[in-house]
Amino acid sequence: MLNLSRLASASGAALLVTLGFLASTSEAGEPFPSTYEIPAAVPVLIQGATVLTGMGERLDDADVLIANGKIVGVGHGLSAPAGATIVNGHDRWVTPGIIDIHSHLGVYASPGVEGLNDGNEATNPVTANVWAEHSIWPQDPGFQTALEGGVTTLQILPGSANLIGGRSAIVKNVPATTYQAMKFPGAAYGLKMACGENPKRVYGEKGQAPSTRMGNVAGYRQAFADAQDYQRQWDSYRRDLAEYEKKKANPSGTDKPPTPPTPPKRDLKLETLAEVLNGHIRVHVHCYRSDEMATMLDIADEFGFKIAAFHHAVEAYKIADRLAQRGVCAAMWADWWGFKMEAYDGIQENLPMVDYPEQSCAIVHSDSENGIQRLNQEAAKAIAHGERVGLHVPPERAIRWLTANPARSLGLEDRIGTLSPGKGADVVVWNRNPFSVYALAQLVYIDGVLRFDREHPSAKPRSDFLLGQPGAEGSP
Amino acid sequence: MTDCKMTRATASAILLAGALLIGGAPAARAADLLIRDATVHTVTSRGTLANTDVLVRDGVIAAIGHDLPVATHATVVEAKGRPLTPGLYGGFTDVGLEEVSLEPSTVDSTLNLKSPAWDQQWHPELDVTAAFNPRSSLVPVTRIEGVTWTVLGPSSDDSIMAGQGAAVTLDGRYDAVLPGSHLLFVQMGSDGARHSGGTRAAEYLLLEQAIREARAKGPVAPDSLLHAAGREVLARYLAGGRVVFEVDRAADILAVIAFAHRNGMKPIIYGGSEAWIVAQQLAQADVPVIVDPLADLPRDFDHLGATLENAARLQRAGVRIAFSGLESGNARLIRQLAGNAVAHGLPADAALAAITANAADIVGIGATRGRIAVGQVADLVLWSGTDPLELSSLADQVWIAGRPVPMRSRQTELRDRYLERLRVHEAR
Repeated sequence: MLNLSRLASASGAALLVTLGFLASTSEAGEPFPSTYEIPAAVPVLIQGATVLTGMGERLDDADVLIANGKIVGVGHGLSAPAGATIVNGHDRWVTPGIIDIHSHLGVYASPGVEGLNDGNEATNPVTANVWAEHSIWPQDPGFQTALEGGVTTLQILPGSANLIGGRSAIVKNVPATTYQAMKFPGAAYGLKMACGENPKRVYGEKGQAPSTRMGNVAGYRQAFADAQDYQRQWDSYRRDLAEYEKKKANPSGTDKPPTPPTPPKRDLKLETLAEVLNGHIRVHVHCYRSDEMATMLDIADEFGFKIAAFHHAVEAYKIADRLAQRGVCAAMWADWWGFKMEAYDGIQENLPMVDYPEQSCAIVHSDSENGIQRLNQEAAKAIAHGERVGLHVPPERAIRWLTANPARSLGLEDRIGTLSPGKGADVVVWNRNPFSVYALAQLVYIDGVLRFDREHPSAKPRSDFLLGQPGAEGSP
Repeated sequence: MTDCKMTRATASAILLAGALLIGGAPAARAADLLIRDATVHTVTSRGTLANTDVLVRDGVIAAIGHDLPVATHATVVEAKGRPLTPGLYGGFTDVGLEEVSLEPSTVDSTLNLKSPAWDQQWHPELDVTAAFNPRSSLVPVTRIEGVTWTVLGPSSDDSIMAGQGAAVTLDGRYDAVLPGSHLLFVQMGSDGARHSGGTRAAEYLLLEQAIREARAKGPVAPDSLLHAAGREVLARYLAGGRVVFEVDRAADILAVIAFAHRNGMKPIIYGGSEAWIVAQQLAQADVPVIVDPLADLPRDFDHLGATLENAARLQRAGVRIAFSGLESGNARLIRQLAGNAVAHGLPADAALAAITANAADIVGIGATRGRIAVGQVADLVLWSGTDPLELSSLADQVWIAGRPVPMRSRQTELRDRYLERLRVHEAR
């Protein structure tokens, strides 16, 4: 099992090398490396369950075999390796672990007191230099309640006060004392951007730009124009450096010794944006209205980056075919609407309508420490409303809204999101069809390790914060 | 609606009633309505009745039984075994008081006179139902999901005394307030402390002062908390009126109950995140609790004991419970609260009661709303599926006071417009 954790960090390191075009700028390598490790665990064979693979299939009375942190197989009549734990899957359903690509756990932690209010660096409309991970409080009790809802991977984002809010963190939902121990090895960073009302309200109230939607757009464009300029400076430096290395290697005797070029000063804001332009950081845009999503797609074209997903996207149903054509995911609630003007056109069929075109990528997200505990129910409500208008989404397809599709939006589709052999064994065993209001996750595995067992309180993580508090088991 | 099992006659009756409702005037005397062969969740001691008919006459439930005689002009709906429940209550909301909560010009639920804590004026005489707009888009959005009434609760941005609210029916009528349901709302705990000079202890200081003024005779002093009208209204609540105290911490709940009883008020605990800790005392004092059964996080230091088992523990201890806790736009999700409470130990019939009969009883309208019983107003919901709390079940038809509600809203209009475009596009 130790070899596995080494593997995990090795593949992480490999990816980090491919990541940094600025690798030369930080000699120590990518900062804040993941220290996530997979503890040793015996193989697990879940027998006789209804299995939703996340690949669009439903297998009845099927087995799932997990070993060495990976999915080994899904099918009928699988045999248990020596020492394996056997889980009776009768009357139970098995799905991939749920992935929430829009969470603020840890950055807007419970309790929601001033001292833990770390989600929005609302001091400048462009804060691409801040990283959500530096705000994560690993003791947020919301991590464990999310785990009880079957959530195994989260993208934690800065808030939406800013046009460009900063880097996201992709974490495994494991109890930890540092965020580095939760960090998903090798996952690409995301960049949080925000359309519409929030940035213009926050900065308009301060009497500064942006105060309008046109101000918003000017802000995004200037930021990326600056990043292009920054890229050019570094490109030029790298050319000079190559020239210098060449000269140093082949001294011509007559010339005086070459002098190395001076690198441009690192600008953490532009460094992040340049990584977006290089395709190493994935763009996640908080955007409610369809017209604003279209504007953002045009901005992406102008500067040559790709949008991974629109978040909230309450009007995504109005441009469902366009989003599918562009290969852009939409991450949605089932039924939130009306709390602000840009959410006024929300409808309960948004998810099934976005899901309808070929090549679509509909995602259920939470943006809520409460909603994240019941993403399966969010999907269930959308299924019911789709069904009513003839958009039939069977459970084996709907589960993709919570698993395979969010994995795709994070660029982790080869690592998690389906129960296919070789993938990380993030697995949830439910006490019934997960799209029931009564469904509860019974067992939750992350990389093959049992992280939650509803029947055994000792296998329930508990935040340091809750120890000895009124709600705690065994407390006075 | 893909699953419309009603007769053609009923459908046209619905259209007719819809037209009349949209006109705003109550229709002339309606024909009898017979809902035949339903699984009737009575929310009474009779429990759930299989293959049962419900007869509605003049907007009231006239009979419940088998093979009920049908008048020739009656509208007959074949339920074919589907569940029939009382119309649901939507919790304490601002439905009809707000359109878009972040747009102040569309919000009428909150009083803010910008008075500082040391110079407060309280307005218990504020009755927020005066601002109710039955034409709000939230009303159809809410009722087509089976929610036929809600409790309007005011809030205040500058004092713990928010004013009065009441239950309203959601059938679109202008005179929507349900008689006998007025409540006074008071914000306690850490949220209230913001308006009380920073300490929750001062909440009692201010309440004592207001009570003294309400009981005083003679002219109102210039620096009083209450105006003359406020004195009168508060005095009424001191004579056995229902007062909703928004409070979560166990210690505060006990303090509030003692305070309310000492001053002649009938307290209702709203929030009650830690109510399970003092469940015995609540049961003994017969104090009802309105809880959010999904609140399980220590969202502040008043909620450290929050648990998904709150509702089940309270019910087991004999406390009367109802549910609330949703954004006004999603008052329609009250069933989901009930379903989750069941998943965490509450019996299903108790969960349905917590969004129907209990809520009606707690706010004083249990004689007319919240149950399927002879003499009750015919607020009824016929559900698809077999379990009215299950997410796959949706309201097939809603009746309020015996009239079918048009099953349309601004959201279904948006849906239909874009669904058609999507299908046309895909067909190309």
